[in-house]
Amino acid sequence: MNKKFVLGIYDDEDVLLTAIENIRAAGTNIYEVFSPYPVHGIDDVLGIKRSRLPIVAFFGGLTGMSFALWMQIWMMGFDWPMIIGGKPHISLPSFIPVTFELTVLFSAFSMVITFFIVSKLRPSLKVNVFDKRSTDDKFVMAIEVKDGVTNMDALNDLLRSNGAIEVNEKEVVK
Amino acid sequence: MQHVSPIREPLVTGGKTYHDITEDVCRQVEAKPNVRWAAALAVALVGLAIFIYSVYRTLWYGIGEWGLNKTVGWAWDITNFVWWVGIGHAGTLISAILLLFRQKWRTSINRAAEAMTIFAVICAAMFPVLHMGRPWLAYWVLPLPNTFGSLWVNFNSPLLWDVFAISTYFSVSLVFWYIGLIPDFATIRDRATGPIARRAYAVLSFGWTGSAKAWSRYETVSLILAGLATPLVLSVHTIVSMDFATSVIPGWHTTIFPPYFVAGAIFSGFAMVLTLMIITRKVFFLEHYITLEHVESMNKVIILTGSIVGVAYTTEFFIAWYSGVEYEQYAFINRAFGPYWWAYWSMMTCNVITPQLFWFRKIRRSLTATFIISIFVNIGMWFERFVIIVTSLHRDYLPSSWAMFSPTMIDIGVYVGTIGLFFTLFLLFTKFFPVVNMAEVKSILKSSSEVNAHHGKAATMHATDKDLNSNTHRNE
Repeated sequence: MNKKFVLGIYDDEDVLLTAIENIRAAGTNIYEVFSPYPVHGIDDVLGIKRSRLPIVAFFGGLTGMSFALWMQIWMMGFDWPMIIGGKPHISLPSFIPVTFELTVLFSAFSMVITFFIVSKLRPSLKVNVFDKRSTDDKFVMAIEVKDGVTNMDALNDLLRSNGAIEVNEKEVVK
Repeated sequence: MQHVSPIREPLVTGGKTYHDITEDVCRQVEAKPNVRWAAALAVALVGLAIFIYSVYRTLWYGIGEWGLNKTVGWAWDITNFVWWVGIGHAGTLISAILLLFRQKWRTSINRAAEAMTIFAVICAAMFPVLHMGRPWLAYWVLPLPNTFGSLWVNFNSPLLWDVFAISTYFSVSLVFWYIGLIPDFATIRDRATGPIARRAYAVLSFGWTGSAKAWSRYETVSLILAGLATPLVLSVHTIVSMDFATSVIPGWHTTIFPPYFVAGAIFSGFAMVLTLMIITRKVFFLEHYITLEHVESMNKVIILTGSIVGVAYTTEFFIAWYSGVEYEQYAFINRAFGPYWWAYWSMMTCNVITPQLFWFRKIRRSLTATFIISIFVNIGMWFERFVIIVTSLHRDYLPSSWAMFSPTMIDIGVYVGTIGLFFTLFLLFTKFFPVVNMAEVKSILKSSSEVNAHHGKAATMHATDKDLNSNTHRNE
């Protein structure tokens, strides 16, 4: 099914933030906002919740740490114990470096892989950019149009009165 | 929005707009290779050819091709390894530690510095692998079951810690660098006209659209990765220093090695960043993004870390005397006044004396002086590792086995070759990848550019107000 969007184009981050607040206050649902760089404060006005990715990183790190400790203790202490420099088989202080490195490795990779999956980022030729200027110098606010429900003129006025420099329509083939 | 003191120097000069940033950074990616770049690549490829030849000789005839002997078992190889790993550290310091400290000046240099990290670690990894003599068995360093031919690896050995440290460091740095590149690849993709460029950058950009939710996650991921990379980078050179410090060789068996090595690594890394950035900003006309303010900030880091290194050299000497251990004392006297006195004093001159010139603001802000001093630091830090490794080994407890080390042509070839490899990779990076992080520079433009400093908060950064930005375009 094709979806229709109205795109409000902005050229200043502060104008954009005020516009988002006003438009949401007017009861209009904002589908998505695209920007060329991370705009600080946009999460609050758009109502985006804090990402839970740090939790993934924490549990990834915990897994890495447990795995590293288990691996070293089992290999050095149980599977093939050897006396090295007269030290105990399970000498935890010398296991710290490898444990630390694997904690970091698991933590970073689990978080990054989750980030790619949840943000649907993967190598692909297909690109769904609403307005190509949004990766250059413009901020694009997309509002979904529901046939028969959305009053186009009112929406246009709302966007323009809140500082949009352009208002365009865009149809997305799903 | 963050308050920025008006006294602060702008980080982006020339009244740039968001679109100007895109244009200035994408220019060399989109334009035909320029002559200076092609000439530089030709030189780098000669270096790469030397590398390939030297590696071929090393592999075909064995490491007997190197100048190592029974007494000096580690020399140029490990010196080069530590030198390259150290250089890599500045990239992570800039991208991770300065991110945690919210230093905005990192934004225009972090991309190139991180690229430098990755390429330097690749060069570093060559040495221990080649030194194995049989690199096709390099996978034996992994903990593989005994049926693969060896016993379990020895987790008590710092050399094995190194394997884990360097490979984790490389992987995490690569991921961190790539995540930062994704939005910029999207910018290039959306501007690309050629079919190959459009497809290539579409794949590289992972379908990035720049939605608010994605940016929110991106920022979280960057922050957490920075938090992970900070202790990681400190651990890497700590572990490298333990290769020496956990042994019982006089001159190596020192508890100050970890902090001393980490400071040295950051010191040499910043020198290399300066060497590269001073050239890059000139060749690619990025003077408005990598300003004298950036150079000065980096020079301040160099004075700090250079002084730490100087204190470490002195402390080592003092402790050798104070310990009352005859062998320890001899190792240090031999370093400074023995047959390798020239290496020791080159190290002292380049690392301790020259960076102190940066106390003068004039020198700190002079590109020529900075460039020359950065080369001195690069040389000095190479000598530091040479001094630590060779002077400690060449005269051991048994005078009948004392020896000197002299490099062969192959030793020199592998070293010069890795410089060629490094520059080949770096030059390819500058041509095909955006050398400045566009998205991050755009995000500081409003608070830290000249437009704001001169025109107050109301000024806009947009091409529509071009009158604000007259006479600023070099290539228009």
